[in-house]
Amino acid sequence: MYVAVKGGERAIDAAHEWLAEERRGDPQVPELSLAQIREQMSLAVNRVMAEGSLYDPELAALAIKQARGDLIEAIFLIRAYRTTLPRIGHSRPVETSAMRCDRRVSATFKDAPGGQVLGPTFDYTHRLLDFKLAAEGEAPVARQAEPTLAPTPRITEFLNRDGLIQDEAHSDETPPDMTRQPMEYPADRSTRLQALTRGDEGFVLGMAYSTQRGYGRNHPFVGELRIGAVEVEMEIPELGFDICIGEVTLTECETVNQFMGSKTEPAQFTRGYGLVFGQTERKAISMALVDRALRWEELGEENVGAPAQDEEFVLAHSDNIQATGFLEHIKLPHYVDFQSELELVRKMRREVEGSMKEAAE
Amino acid sequence: MTAMQHDPAYNFAYLDEQTKRMIRRALLKALAIPGYQVPFASREMPMPYGWGTGGVQVTAACLTPEDRLKVIDQGADDTTNAVSIRKFFERTAGVATTEHTNEASVIQTRHRIPEAPLGAGQILVYQVPIPEPLRFLEPRETETRKMHALEEYGLMYVKLYEDIAHNGAISTAYAYPVKVEGRYVMDPSPIPKFDNPKLESGAIQLFGAGREQRIYAIPPYTQVVSLDFEDHPFEPSKADHDCDLCGCGTSYLDEVITDDAGGRMFVCSDTDFCAARQAEGHRGRLSGEDAA
Repeated sequence: MYVAVKGGERAIDAAHEWLAEERRGDPQVPELSLAQIREQMSLAVNRVMAEGSLYDPELAALAIKQARGDLIEAIFLIRAYRTTLPRIGHSRPVETSAMRCDRRVSATFKDAPGGQVLGPTFDYTHRLLDFKLAAEGEAPVARQAEPTLAPTPRITEFLNRDGLIQDEAHSDETPPDMTRQPMEYPADRSTRLQALTRGDEGFVLGMAYSTQRGYGRNHPFVGELRIGAVEVEMEIPELGFDICIGEVTLTECETVNQFMGSKTEPAQFTRGYGLVFGQTERKAISMALVDRALRWEELGEENVGAPAQDEEFVLAHSDNIQATGFLEHIKLPHYVDFQSELELVRKMRREVEGSMKEAAE
Repeated sequence: MTAMQHDPAYNFAYLDEQTKRMIRRALLKALAIPGYQVPFASREMPMPYGWGTGGVQVTAACLTPEDRLKVIDQGADDTTNAVSIRKFFERTAGVATTEHTNEASVIQTRHRIPEAPLGAGQILVYQVPIPEPLRFLEPRETETRKMHALEEYGLMYVKLYEDIAHNGAISTAYAYPVKVEGRYVMDPSPIPKFDNPKLESGAIQLFGAGREQRIYAIPPYTQVVSLDFEDHPFEPSKADHDCDLCGCGTSYLDEVITDDAGGRMFVCSDTDFCAARQAEGHRGRLSGEDAA
């Protein structure tokens, strides 16, 4: 027999207790420390920082632990926490040409000032499971070379010097902050880049891939990909000058894309840009491709109706916290709406059955 | 029902004062232009988008320590998400809560308007998934903003007409579109169309869509008309039964499956309304058993 449901509160508490127990797993197995996650799951930490829009490896490690390794859930925890943080001010733009590069590669030039630096990359590993890692691992030590202190100028600047690549518009305007202003379409490029850098890695990757397969193809080359630490400077009003308040690791990707020209304009290469927190190479390259695809109008290209050219489509669906929340909300009770539809369908069926009966008689 | 101390780790009602001011400005604008969707810089809340973050932010911006809050989902105070949101405000605002509609000064709701009439001094906050009534006719925000600006609602009427042509009736059962004060076509959130007549109310009605970053409002005693045609007038509908617990013949009902042989019962979706009627001695078909 039906009993008015009054167990919601107790059921929620019990579910949370069970969740906490499951999160810990078998208590015979030692617990993960935040330092272990931060040091040994660092690419997961990077993704959580990038899509959480908060650079704090320790908090990202905590979020991953609390989320049982579900990275979108971890990103959600970071975003919600970020809401509560007061906004003290904003930094100066970071100078990525002064980056201390751990990795720096160009696909367009065999060599360039500053050199090619492979860095800690999976690129040329054979993807063979390393069963030795399953046993107690050792701590491998890599050979070290002397650090090069030579400057690493941006590769695209070499092209720019000869006018071979489109010049970016310079502006000292304070960019809008998409976390403090509602999204408006059409969005400016700065807002688009903000949305892409915090966008879901899988979504941005898929969009970028679609351009490579012909849905808005823009012939990208990785002009340069660099990963390393940059200093963050902030102007302190009381002091009246900039001081360094810390450093962040970034991945920056500049693509060199198909050239364009017209009767009046000589042919030029164009650019796409990606900049993401942490070592997040796949994301930065994807971002650059999608950025380039979204620039069709500004660069006088044709809109071929490709998804990656559609700003509203890309920006409105790139955020995994929005997407997963709305997707999963269909688990919530909808019986009021459903009842309403049920009545309507029953009524419509009655009417049709009635008229069919009449027709038969 | 007693007020508690709010968690000192958070500002009153979770959001910082500047954010609340930003939301209040949007609310005032929304009240000044009934039915118009005001963009606002929605924050990321500690509950998922799609689970009431818009309503929660509006409630947070409206609450004062003296308020008494009621939270319902599907008309009921004890559905899991209503419990979760009520707990959130108990913790972060320490406000008194209630399940009684007439005692509440702020009511946050998902999918229902309470049966008991609301009046002056009460605020009804709706959680809204898709604020744009034209969204499923035109997916682009850039286009729908233009359509509202030009009062270009022909597409909506064509859709309703096509419903009649295909099915003999308007086949929208919930989130039934309304026109507010003769100007803006508005989505009343996914309330059953049964509730539409209650949109003309003495209370302030505020609508928050967090993910879509929109706030809109219906001020007290504003004209709200459900879209229809002269020869196919709007018809609020409900299950053709009485409540099996309190006997009410005019309230919106939930259908509950009671066994695997097609047995079912109908009960008021508004749990407070039903409980109050039972306390007054009203009885339904199945009361007297172990139902209550």
